[in-house]
Amino acid sequence: MSDDYILQLENVSKFFGTVIALQDVTLRLRRGEVHCLLGDNGAGKSTLIKTLAGVHPPSGGRYLVEGHDVHFSSPREALDRGIATVYQDLALVPLMSVARNFFAGREPMRKWFGLIPVMDVDYAARVAEEKLADMGIHVRSPHQAVGTMSGGERQCLAIARAIHFGAKVLILDEPTAALGVKQSCNVLKLIHTARARGISVIFITHNVHHAYPIGDSFTLLNRGQSMGTFAKDDISRESLLDMMAGGSEIQSLVAELEGRAA
Amino acid sequence: MSSTTPHLPLTTSKDKPAMPSRAMQTDERVRRISPWRSFIGRPEFGSIAGTVLVFVLFGIFAGDSGMFNLDGVMNWAQVAAYLGIIAVGACLLMIAGEFDLSIGSMIGFAGMMMAVPSMFMGWPMWASVLFAFAGCMGLGWLNGYLVVRTRLPSFIVTLAFMFILRGLTLVLSTYFSNSTIVSGVGDKVGSDPLVSTLFQGSALHGLFAWLAQASIIAKLPNGNPIVAGIPKVLLWWLLMAAAAGFVLSRTRFGNWIFTVGGDAVAAQNVGVPVRRVKISLFVFTAFCACLFGVLQVADVGSAAADRGLQKEFEAIIAAVIGGALLTGGYGSVVGACFGALIFGVVQIGISYTSFDSDWYRVFLGAMLLLAVLFNHYVRLHATRSK
Repeated sequence: MSDDYILQLENVSKFFGTVIALQDVTLRLRRGEVHCLLGDNGAGKSTLIKTLAGVHPPSGGRYLVEGHDVHFSSPREALDRGIATVYQDLALVPLMSVARNFFAGREPMRKWFGLIPVMDVDYAARVAEEKLADMGIHVRSPHQAVGTMSGGERQCLAIARAIHFGAKVLILDEPTAALGVKQSCNVLKLIHTARARGISVIFITHNVHHAYPIGDSFTLLNRGQSMGTFAKDDISRESLLDMMAGGSEIQSLVAELEGRAA
Repeated sequence: MSSTTPHLPLTTSKDKPAMPSRAMQTDERVRRISPWRSFIGRPEFGSIAGTVLVFVLFGIFAGDSGMFNLDGVMNWAQVAAYLGIIAVGACLLMIAGEFDLSIGSMIGFAGMMMAVPSMFMGWPMWASVLFAFAGCMGLGWLNGYLVVRTRLPSFIVTLAFMFILRGLTLVLSTYFSNSTIVSGVGDKVGSDPLVSTLFQGSALHGLFAWLAQASIIAKLPNGNPIVAGIPKVLLWWLLMAAAAGFVLSRTRFGNWIFTVGGDAVAAQNVGVPVRRVKISLFVFTAFCACLFGVLQVADVGSAAADRGLQKEFEAIIAAVIGGALLTGGYGSVVGACFGALIFGVVQIGISYTSFDSDWYRVFLGAMLLLAVLFNHYVRLHATRSK
């Protein structure tokens, strides 16, 4: 039943010259689930995101959206199909206001005297504030510069923007990587809110403690290959940790340190 | 465009608890910002404060010298207007994150492109002026194209054009007229109704005559008003400033300018045509430089190889005093206009005082330094996370 899946990668490979970035990776995203993509640095997470986002065409395998084969030649095409990627740099301009950032590149317009097209700044401010409030984020003013917001708020702004502009699938690239505990928590809440609205989320992270509470299923990547996909019921946080590259190394390190202390 | 964007019905989710009502959203961390504080946070604050400062200073030192009589006002306002026209262009370009150092040379070259065909090739004046605008905008496009294609800093690309155009101006002038100046252009402009109406002399003569009649403004002994009318360069400045200010703050393209200058990669990622925005602003800046050149030739009556020397720096300084950041993404047209006004007041005003006019540059340099420090502080303030 491939119809359950909004987005599928089937045995996808990606080569850069002699480098094998991805090898036979299969990833299936169900409608309305949060699918966590776990892997250490160099596991191929970035390549996978860029393949999904339409930046890299896969070297082999199939990419299906809602059961149909797709061949994206640009991120714009993926976006038009409702696949929105929020990269770590967030595509926000710190010196610009929240409202102007929210609508950058997709400005709401109105006509002066039915003739002169102008940007509807009031509408932009109102909608930006409302949509952020819907997501549980309260900005001091939609006219404040994004530069004055915290990292977590910026992350939430970028996600809220993607949702407002019709994202059906949200690909979040390490959204909690640079955040503190409380801010990470806010981002996780936002992911939950998005899921509750029927949006499917691919949550890329290397932090199992962030992934496990929110995720419905987990795919582990290691050195360009998938170590399998697991539903939450089938796997414990501990086994996930173990499977992460480095998990066993950390445990042996812990054991060694404890041994030394004893 | 936004009307065709697909929207998800975001408010239809039933499984979620109701969002807190808007009345409950007051955040205890929200601090009311007084109108004064939000005013000093605006990009044009520095230049408005600077303008007030120079008016106060010159009011004290030159208040009774005639500097603030109508003819005195027209005097410095005209200087400010010339600079203001190119400062508007330089300001938009700087907000988009680029420089144009060829503005000054472009002014001289525009004058030559207008003078040479009309004086030596028998072109009608309107055609020469049209040619000058087309030529300058073409060169502006080339500047922009080279910058976005090569990804070299605009500083170095336009520095090259600063020399190329200055050299070409000199070559053209000496080739055709055997001197660095082509004179007699003013009469030719005067005999072309279209060009003289648009670019030469002053306007609103009837209004000024009436004001003189009503004794609202001073009269000459022969009964004519002391100033015949508003110099057209002032009207052009107002027009350009209003148009650019409108585009920057109110239109989609204005939002693109800020986005491109603030972060070109982010702009690309949200679908802003970065290259097109930058190239069109180079063209606009060249248009402003050409307008400066044409107005000056029509006013002075000749084209000369040294016209517009160092004007690129003055334009950039005016934009910086007006709050534009050297790194782009921030600034205001109103601010740049006040920056230009400061130039006009100081440059002309200093000769009304007992100070040596050599102090003019010292004053401007100090003003620039102050403005840069102030802008730096503003940016730190604006980009600092809480």
